[in-house]
Amino acid sequence: MSHDQSLNPEIMPNEPEKATLEGKNKFLGFWFFLGGETVLFASLFGTFLALRHSTADGPTANELFGLELVFIMTMLLLTSSLTSVYAVYQMRNNNFKKMQLWFGITAVLGFAFLGCEIYEFTHYITEYGFTFRSSAFGSAFYALVGFHGGHVTFGLAWLIALMLRNAKRGLNLYNAPKYYTFSLYWHFIDVIWVFIFTVVYLMGKVG
Amino acid sequence: MSIAAAQKRSFGAVLWDYLTTVDHKKIAHLYLIGGGFFFLLGGLEAMIIRIQLIKPENDFVSAGFYNEVFTMHGTTMIFLAAMPLLLGLMNAAVPLQIGARDVAFPFLNSLGFWLFMFGGLLLNMSWFFGGAPDAGWTSYVPVSTTSPGHGVDFYVMGLQIAGAGTLIGGINFLVTIINMRAPGMTFMRMPLFSWTTFITSVLILFAFPALTVGLFLLMFDRMFGTAFFDVSLGGNTIIWQHLFWIFGHPEVYILILPTFGIFSDVFSTFSKKRLFGYTAMVFATILIAFLGFMVWAHHMFTVGLGPVANSLFAIATMAIAVPTGIKIFNWLATMWGGSITINTTMLWSLGFIPTFTIGGMTGVMVASVVADYQYHDTYFVVAHFHYVIVGGTVFGIMAGLHHWWPKMFGRILNETMGKLTFWTFFIGFHLTFFIQHFLGLMGMPRRYWVFLENQGLDLGNLISTIGAFFMAFGVIVFMINVVYSAVKGEKAGADPWDGRTLEWTIASPPPFYNFKQTPLVRGLDPLWIEKTEGKGKMTPAEPLGDIHMPNPTFLPFMMSLGLFVAGFGFIYQVNYDWAYGLLFGGMAITLVCMLLRSLKDDHGYHIPKEELEGKAK
Ligand code: HEM
Ligand SMILES: [Cu+2]
Repeated sequence: MSHDQSLNPEIMPNEPEKATLEGKNKFLGFWFFLGGETVLFASLFGTFLALRHSTADGPTANELFGLELVFIMTMLLLTSSLTSVYAVYQMRNNNFKKMQLWFGITAVLGFAFLGCEIYEFTHYITEYGFTFRSSAFGSAFYALVGFHGGHVTFGLAWLIALMLRNAKRGLNLYNAPKYYTFSLYWHFIDVIWVFIFTVVYLMGKVG
Repeated sequence: MSIAAAQKRSFGAVLWDYLTTVDHKKIAHLYLIGGGFFFLLGGLEAMIIRIQLIKPENDFVSAGFYNEVFTMHGTTMIFLAAMPLLLGLMNAAVPLQIGARDVAFPFLNSLGFWLFMFGGLLLNMSWFFGGAPDAGWTSYVPVSTTSPGHGVDFYVMGLQIAGAGTLIGGINFLVTIINMRAPGMTFMRMPLFSWTTFITSVLILFAFPALTVGLFLLMFDRMFGTAFFDVSLGGNTIIWQHLFWIFGHPEVYILILPTFGIFSDVFSTFSKKRLFGYTAMVFATILIAFLGFMVWAHHMFTVGLGPVANSLFAIATMAIAVPTGIKIFNWLATMWGGSITINTTMLWSLGFIPTFTIGGMTGVMVASVVADYQYHDTYFVVAHFHYVIVGGTVFGIMAGLHHWWPKMFGRILNETMGKLTFWTFFIGFHLTFFIQHFLGLMGMPRRYWVFLENQGLDLGNLISTIGAFFMAFGVIVFMINVVYSAVKGEKAGADPWDGRTLEWTIASPPPFYNFKQTPLVRGLDPLWIEKTEGKGKMTPAEPLGDIHMPNPTFLPFMMSLGLFVAGFGFIYQVNYDWAYGLLFGGMAITLVCMLLRSLKDDHGYHIPKEELEGKAK
């Protein structure tokens, strides 16, 4: 299996992300990594569930959360997952320009989500004086939601690095797996957010 | 790096080679050096513990120092000695056993090693910076959250970095074993050591993230004033115990399963028989791993989880004895009627069977809730886990080292010294730990600095300490053996033990590309099949062609170094603002290295076919 010829865009196979052994390894390894991440978030969710009523006379979930903002954030992130699906679809069509475009839209939506989250946190801190030191609930809330936010931030940095790096060189069998694993990561973050939306915000509102 | 790199090279060149290597066989050497170093350190700490307890009310060390020593002993042995040594053996043997040219992620393999090494160094830096962690290897809150000084902070940061390395190693082996097996090497033809490495990697993957989160919460409570474990702000201390043991119980199987694999390979090799009950062995391994995740709360019987929870966890725990028992019987049946060679490797394996059986029996005893209220936090538990961890893991590592040493270094370890090591260590081990069962039953508590006179504990403790000296003697002989064999050892051929599996089909030590042509596997024990059919060597599965190799790189070292520096920053930002410089500087080093890694395409290089043809063999 020679590398130079596998980099030729003229003969791109159907699933470029899995066409080389390196690609297959990346693909599988990344799934395992996400398995580990699942345990990571499960542990944080467990901690949050154990501590969510431990407000120590500080603000409670019900007082803090407004569902409008969280709903908008959810929509932003869900849409960004969809656009990354389009991007991968264009990758399979070997249409590099359109793939970059859809990933670009994904990044914009991701930044919008992140902006909302930063606004949300500062709002809690300035309006309610609610920090990660206020109570065990505060610690657990910021740990879980903040950890997710950290994942979003990292994902955006990764995506931008990928897009800039490859802007001039097009799609090949070397970078296709990288784009593909990014899209897996992004869906994963999205799924985690759906759980956060339910467990943290909805359950917080209904008590 | 070319094939003709056999000339003598300067020390600097060798060093640079190891700092940048991505070859799994050299990374195996690194793991042995790192794990061996920490094993000696942990052993030294053990000797301090035993000297302190040689007689009642001894004052060899202070109470505070004693806490640090036993904490560091446990932490070092589990995270920095046993696991890395096992990872070393895996790196040395598994890719060869499955007929692979390389591991799936050579870069990550080296990153995993350097993270472990720098994490371990960071943890041990605590000795020089005002005191080591002193809250036990389990670091229970609130003992750990209220421990003064920075000892526990070093524990948190060191283990976090080392743990990330282990996780990376686990993922690497999973993908390697799934994707890179030679043609014909189906799952049910894999040698048992490769199998147990595979299952162990699954355990690593699902256990370590729980520790990551636990350490993360502890870090935030200690360094940034959060309240996860602060009861006055609604925190809950039991969360730590759950997270720790959700990791910690599978961890003991991470330590034991690989050595089960080693023993399986060793017994069949030196009995000249196919492993008895191969399929049962595979499924027993899977079952043990599965149950291993179900039983963590047996470490928390005395917490007060309630009778229902306690009973369920007790039954699930005892169930583990069943697949373990199956294994013991299969090993015995493998030897039954075989033509057995008894050398050092076999001695360690034979010694393991009764030792581990005793450990399993005391395990079932402590798994009985009512009885555990009596045993818990006494020397009985100390005796139990040393019987399984030393009798299982350390014996297994020793067996594995003697078995694969010729493959790794091309030299055979000296048999006389090997036997001396085994016998002194074996006798010393039982002297040390058997008596601890009785000390525990008589009420000697765990983790106490002194015991009182005339309570019937004097003689037992004295014997225990004498045993420890025997073990130390055995280890010293082993080190002499290592040096001796490097200088004068008998040179090893490709197949010194009349082996059965693929690693014995290539030269010792193997060429850096492992297999010139990937072998065609026709069944379990592939080399043995070819031997019995009179060919004696493997048929290649492919024509000779170019081999693709990864480039060496310095980035993994730098990334880990960055985290090491940042670790200091995290620890000292609590007291000093300048520490933020270290924190951000260290993180910057790591992140820039990560960025470089993703921005710079690294396609590796090819060894041309012609060059391979030129090489005989
Ligand atoms: C038949 C199998 C086994 C059973 C039924 C069993 C059961 C138990 C139980 C119930 C405890 C908790 C006792 C207490 O704290 O009061 C325990 C502790 C322990 N076991 Fe086992 N065990 C088994 C095998 C193993 C193996 C294979 C290993 C390691 C390779 C191991 C390592 C440990 C360690 C390290 C502890 C002490 C942890 C601590 O508190 O620091 N055990 N075992
Ligand atoms: Cu356990």
